[in-house]
Amino acid sequence: MKVSLNWLKKYVDVDLDVNDLADALTMVGLEVEAFSDRYDYLNSVVIGRIVEISPHPNADKLKLCFVDVGSNTIPVVCGAPNVKKDMLAPCALPGTCLPKGTILEKSVIHGEVSEGMLCSEIELGLGAKSDGIMEFVRNLSVGDPLNQALGLSDFEIEIDLTPNRPDCLSIIGTAREIAGIQKTKVKYPEIRLPESFDDITNFTSVTIIDPDLCPRYAASLVFDVTVGESPFWLQDRLISVGLKPINNIVDITNFVMMETGQPLHAFDFDRLAENRIVVRTAKKGETLTTLDGKERQLDPEMLMICDGEKSVAIGGVMGGLDSEIEDSTTRILLESAYFDPVCIRKTSKKTGLNTDASHRFERGVDPGGTITALNRATQLIAEIGGGKLIKGVIDEYPNPIPDRMIPLSVKALNRRLGTRLDAIEIENHLKSIEFGVEKIDDDKLQVAPPSCRVDISRFEDLTEEIARLYGYNNIETTYPLIPADNRQPSIKIDARDRIRSLMVGLGFAEAINYSFISKLSCDRLELEPDDPRRHIVDILNPLSEDQSVMRTSLIPGLLETMNYNISVQNRNLKLFEIGNVFYNTGQEDSQPDEVEMLSCLWTGARVDSVWFSKEINCDFYDLKGVVEELLMNLDIVNITFTRMPPESCSYTKPGYSVRIFVENDLIGLVGEIHPKVLRNYNLKQTAFIFELNFDQLITLMPDTKSAQPIPKFPATSRDITLIINKDIEAFRILKSVEILDEELVENFHLFDVFEGDPIPAGKKSISVRITYRSSYETLEDDKVNHIHKNITDRLLKEFDATLPAE
Amino acid sequence: MEKTIEQIKEEALKELEAASDSESIKAISVRYLGRKGAVTRFLRNISSLPLEIRPEAGKKANETKKTLEALFNKALKQFATASYEVAGEIDVSLPGRALHQGSLHPITQISHQICNIFIRLGFDVAEGPEVETDYYNFEALNIPKNHPARDMQDTFYISKNVVLRTHTSPTQPRIMEKQKPPVRVVAPGKVYRCDSDLTHTPMFHQVEGFLVDENVSFGDLKGILTTFAHQMFDKETSLRFRPSFFPFTEPSAEVDIRCVICKGKGCRVCSNTGWLEVLGAGMVHPAVFENVGYNTTRYTGFAFGMGVERIAMLKYGIDDIRKYFENDLRFLRQF
Repeated sequence: MKVSLNWLKKYVDVDLDVNDLADALTMVGLEVEAFSDRYDYLNSVVIGRIVEISPHPNADKLKLCFVDVGSNTIPVVCGAPNVKKDMLAPCALPGTCLPKGTILEKSVIHGEVSEGMLCSEIELGLGAKSDGIMEFVRNLSVGDPLNQALGLSDFEIEIDLTPNRPDCLSIIGTAREIAGIQKTKVKYPEIRLPESFDDITNFTSVTIIDPDLCPRYAASLVFDVTVGESPFWLQDRLISVGLKPINNIVDITNFVMMETGQPLHAFDFDRLAENRIVVRTAKKGETLTTLDGKERQLDPEMLMICDGEKSVAIGGVMGGLDSEIEDSTTRILLESAYFDPVCIRKTSKKTGLNTDASHRFERGVDPGGTITALNRATQLIAEIGGGKLIKGVIDEYPNPIPDRMIPLSVKALNRRLGTRLDAIEIENHLKSIEFGVEKIDDDKLQVAPPSCRVDISRFEDLTEEIARLYGYNNIETTYPLIPADNRQPSIKIDARDRIRSLMVGLGFAEAINYSFISKLSCDRLELEPDDPRRHIVDILNPLSEDQSVMRTSLIPGLLETMNYNISVQNRNLKLFEIGNVFYNTGQEDSQPDEVEMLSCLWTGARVDSVWFSKEINCDFYDLKGVVEELLMNLDIVNITFTRMPPESCSYTKPGYSVRIFVENDLIGLVGEIHPKVLRNYNLKQTAFIFELNFDQLITLMPDTKSAQPIPKFPATSRDITLIINKDIEAFRILKSVEILDEELVENFHLFDVFEGDPIPAGKKSISVRITYRSSYETLEDDKVNHIHKNITDRLLKEFDATLPAE
Repeated sequence: MEKTIEQIKEEALKELEAASDSESIKAISVRYLGRKGAVTRFLRNISSLPLEIRPEAGKKANETKKTLEALFNKALKQFATASYEVAGEIDVSLPGRALHQGSLHPITQISHQICNIFIRLGFDVAEGPEVETDYYNFEALNIPKNHPARDMQDTFYISKNVVLRTHTSPTQPRIMEKQKPPVRVVAPGKVYRCDSDLTHTPMFHQVEGFLVDENVSFGDLKGILTTFAHQMFDKETSLRFRPSFFPFTEPSAEVDIRCVICKGKGCRVCSNTGWLEVLGAGMVHPAVFENVGYNTTRYTGFAFGMGVERIAMLKYGIDDIRKYFENDLRFLRQF
């Protein structure tokens, strides 16, 4: 909200300079975002003396003046009738931004150079006079900037108000805070109602059908008014806080709203059917054309102000077009009301109308200030718009909102804040912002917040009031006592960190992608119609199509990231991401299942082109190796990789992907991205990915570890090379050795696979090295050879294999 | 006349200087210090010298022996080192075979740093769901439906009562429902707001923290956050607490730190105020305690929340928040 320092000074003496005031307001919770002198544009408007006037050679109505502007004398073309020699007048120099928004430039008018502009009051925003340029009769120094010469200065202060402080949505409200800071008093405007006639009850009535939504409605009447332009001071006040003057009646309602925080509405009394007000909710299907000329659809949750027949305003939001004040209006009904904040907010949201009035009502106006504001406006209308005031006001307030009494314990307050304040100090702070305080004893106070402080309802609210007035920064810094017990380890977070550091150790950079992805992602991954990853969660109000659903896989994000990186020439990528995916449960209005995943992408080179090696591209086995290394380091055992069954993963290339099992649990996959998917993402180089279900991984990680003894006796190893059919997977051979479960076999590994001459076509050779060791003795060759022969024979038979020719 | 010890020493040094390999040094060493060497003989003959010069001569001879021993050894070492080079050289200037480490995302790193500070202060770490119910994201935090405070956060909706959490604060009621005081928790995580421009991304990260116990005061909140700022930035970092409004704390505060860039002189980063807003905090509102069944007279607590991206920007001098989620390898590899 914008406030004007000069206007503030009407209600409170300000001892602070504007910098200190801005700081002080910020430090009591009214954050000042910016402030500037609204007369700064007058810096380049100077006092000029007209030293010579001659007729304009090419235009009858214009004159050519030479104006002494202090530093030099400049030619100015001017059309005003009142220019005369030796006159002192404001002369705007090029670069000046006039209040109406025009920026002055040096120009040529009908062939004559004009290096400035002699200005009228209205052009300078200093008055209403438009006929002729401003003339100074006082002795002012030529060349002085106008704001300096006339002492014009008014800071407009922009305050970023938090929603709990509707009481500060006014000049007086802000003045009250300044008084609290300075421990001074607010000077409220004196209301003197002029002589009044007859009685309001003879002319009109107010009926509230729905007092829950409209607890209070007050009205006054002024007859025989003249609608017209507001006096300059009124227009200027409105301009100083960023409002646009309209006509004297509307301007007065806006002025009082800005002054007191109470929105008001003026109706043309003669256009109210039956000359009365009914407050009720809208009927189904009802419509109203509002002041902005738009027809609004209404619904039964909206509160309407009606006359004897129809709606005339959306209560607290916007008036209707039909009853607005026009130039011909003479009889006025003024409304001042207190509406239910929730009702106003709903209506404002539904209609999309966010007005100065609704902004205040939905936050809560002062239910005790209804009549004061009404009287203030009535007084101003009588003063400015002329007319005859009808005696009395209508004040429908069937269930008055009770005053609040909040008990405050000094001890509890000090305990909450960590302060050592006594009852007197607390009382002083509260009284400085007009809270009523009754002292019961040294510990107990009864506090009555003013009716405008709708945000104060309990003891804790009072502690904030005292804390902010005492100064948050004056509260002593202390430390809580923290016992050593009760600490909980977090298995999940620790496991995640461990996996992260393993992945970093394996050379992968961590990526973080948005949790929302494009709706088209499922299609881009070529997912089958019944794939569970199509159970997506839609965002009702996405920012864009590209971010319209929650991801069910991290792969789209990684592929998008790959795409981006390749576009900036990063073509060798090793990336991983750990994050949640979201599955729609199918249940209406419920949270999705969140599953945490670890996914990884490798594309481009395994080894860069370097002095000891040519560039080598990564392949399937690189990423499979990463998974093996990762799982081994997490102490997860019994892992098997099985060939991806046909058509069970749409985004990996058939024949180049595997499922990862731990015992019987499927925990993820490794594979090469399907060429179709690469195309869908406009990728021209292949990529390898793995996906692991992180939540499952954690459950598989053993939480204990026991050390194995280091063998005492030496090992001995034997190799077997088998020639087998090409389509037998190496894995089967290894598994077969494992199943034998020979006591003395310590471990075995594959060390060679070969196809081609001299191996016959359709065959391949596979070599396994078996290490034998006993825990009790150094093994004799004979013993080893015997076992090794048994194993060899078993394998030869099982796989229909032959031994290579010697 | 026998040679004096000085003469012997001088001759030995001369020979040493002329020596060009370790073999000749060894020979010289034998000639002077060996069993029949000149110095050894001199020492052996001291007893035949006149009594009055004997102690002086003995002292000098022993010193000479020591000096020569040291010089011979030093010379030997020099030749020994040089002898390896003769075996052949490699170009040691070639770069080593790198084993490339990856990198942790800067957000992960800063989030760790933040959490670790609080872990050292005795806090536990917890997490909550990213897709939240309206109840935990708002209502349990004293933000009823149709309250203007809802405008403070632009919310992504999934359905009527399900939202993408707009802050990590829902972890407060979730944890308090399960655990009786004392509670000391920090909760990091992703949050979402319907907002995207130079300074906002629709997803970002926060760290929430709260502590509930008997006799916890606003002063304690100041203490914990001051310690945090000193550890996160530096010991000279001063803090400023300003009144603010969050429906789930009372009193509420915004916490500013002295601008880490200009040290308070005023710069672009702090919009010339000298202060940077880094935290929201306050004493937990009794309505939150009532919602989770805590005794509001017995217990008090504080809560705070901060944006990880914001702190990472300050720590690393990152000026565009969108960089975090582009995942440009050249960006990621810097951390």
